[in-house]
Amino acid sequence: MPDQLFNRSISDLSRMLAEGKISSVELMQAVIARTKSVEPRIRAFNSYDEADALAQARASDERRAEARASGNTAFRPLEGIPIGIKDVISVAGQPLTASSQMLANFVSPYDATATVRLKAAGAICWGRLNLDEFAMGSSTENSAFGTTSNPWDLERVPGGSSGGSAAAVSAGEAIATLGSDTGGSIRQPAALCSVVGLKPSYGRVSRYGLIAFASSLDQIGPFARTVEDAATVLGVISGHDPKDSTSLRLEVPDYNRGIAEMARSGRKWKLGIPKEYFGEGLDPEVGAAVQAAIDEYRRLGCEIREVSLPHTKYAVGAYYIIATAECSSNLARFDGVRYGHRSADARDAVDIYFKSRAEGFGAEVKRRIILGTYVLSSGYYDAFYLRAQKVRTLIRRDFLEAYKEVDAIVTPTSPTPAFRKGEKAASPLAMYLNDIYTIGVNLAGLPGISIPCGFTKATPTRVELPVGLQIIGQPFKETELLAIASAYEQRTHWRERLPKL
Amino acid sequence: MPKPDDLKLDHVANLARINLTSEEKERFSAQLNDVLAYIEQLNEVNVEGVEPTAHAFPVVNVWAEDIPEPGLSVEDALRNAPEKRDNMVVVPKVVE
Repeated sequence: MPDQLFNRSISDLSRMLAEGKISSVELMQAVIARTKSVEPRIRAFNSYDEADALAQARASDERRAEARASGNTAFRPLEGIPIGIKDVISVAGQPLTASSQMLANFVSPYDATATVRLKAAGAICWGRLNLDEFAMGSSTENSAFGTTSNPWDLERVPGGSSGGSAAAVSAGEAIATLGSDTGGSIRQPAALCSVVGLKPSYGRVSRYGLIAFASSLDQIGPFARTVEDAATVLGVISGHDPKDSTSLRLEVPDYNRGIAEMARSGRKWKLGIPKEYFGEGLDPEVGAAVQAAIDEYRRLGCEIREVSLPHTKYAVGAYYIIATAECSSNLARFDGVRYGHRSADARDAVDIYFKSRAEGFGAEVKRRIILGTYVLSSGYYDAFYLRAQKVRTLIRRDFLEAYKEVDAIVTPTSPTPAFRKGEKAASPLAMYLNDIYTIGVNLAGLPGISIPCGFTKATPTRVELPVGLQIIGQPFKETELLAIASAYEQRTHWRERLPKL
Repeated sequence: MPKPDDLKLDHVANLARINLTSEEKERFSAQLNDVLAYIEQLNEVNVEGVEPTAHAFPVVNVWAEDIPEPGLSVEDALRNAPEKRDNMVVVPKVVE
């Protein structure tokens, strides 16, 4: 049972902190001790600043004591809770590497808006979590500083790109974490590590201070141990931000209150099962676990309907045109001039670009910049980029059409459980196809969540590995999405199983 | 849609301002040709009369009041510069 402090949920710990059973410093110390004990095997963090985290914990304990003294017991939503942050989201005064040699020595001069909001909610910003370089990948193997291990089998990948964020929650190295999701980078690692991972609707969370990969697809979102915790963190980081013109002016609901109200009302959800997500390439045991979860929803009284998303097979192709095009443009800023790596051999003002970028970027980042430059180049723009944008319209229409009939769509998060390190390293295409179920959600701007839904059976070559259930919601209906996820979670006990470390 | 063979790696790497080693050129050519061959299936889709989507939700101009606010200090702004002098970033000589 998850009874040790470092394995508990935000809601449990908030109660214990409010009741004075523990202090934030004690909690932080427990998380630090756990991190030191498992980190040599997991390597979820690029860096962490113990002294800074303990100072934040002390400040939280002082705030709490002051509030108590003045008779105020309504504490902030994340008061004293250690939250890990993917090393692509700025925290002032802390390193910001994007797991790239390009930014190996970069220190953030300011906070991302998501960071500002975590701090304002009383959270302790804890550590810099590993990822695939510039969030490009599905395994964290593209990190310039080393691969994170899956806590359920250290020989396997945790998924990616937010692999460090998923592994840290799974291994007890943080209570919750932030990641970013451009094509599945929150949901896929959440599935592979048996934690909850939520990608909000595009525009729900400000991207200010997030290192840009593909600006029309990127969203920041939480990893947590329970749906309730994910809802708590989402409530903190959501909302309009004048510093991100794509963040929407929409009221942020009290997600947990909404979930509770929907549970009380006994609403029977209509859930769509897209046949295109259950075909070739789906691991039979992953399929079986997802099918069992769908049966659980049926027992809950939900109406299960088959739906069709006919353009699903084109999502990966459209994505790798649109995302690489945007990345080639966004990463043009890394020129070796104002910040980041500068080649020691640069002879003149043009040479500095060619050499600094050759030395600073890893293979996958170079491949994507080149592909993106190609699809945008003169003579090819219409054939690739414009066509992909039109296909994006059709993919989005498929979802909106399905939502005329159903409240949400239920699918596997990933076609396979965690794969072995190195297994897909030689073939970028094989790696890309691992995101086949998550990519459409980003293209359509929808909210999506992955929740634990079981394990594969142990075989002579494979230990039991986690399986994730993806639920895809309607635009800006995160409350409904979370309520549907919570209904399943309440009837199952996957959370009680922890990796043996 | 162009054929995968149309990818002229030297030309594109030059546009992207990235020096590639000969080993990288060989490996990337093969890998990117795989990806381009896969992407070719987008040709099957009938996109006639379909509007392109650049953002999932319409993006409109957002106007802000022109009010000066404190920004980064010079020290913070130059903190990560590879080389600096007298509050300026130093670069290799541009003109002889």
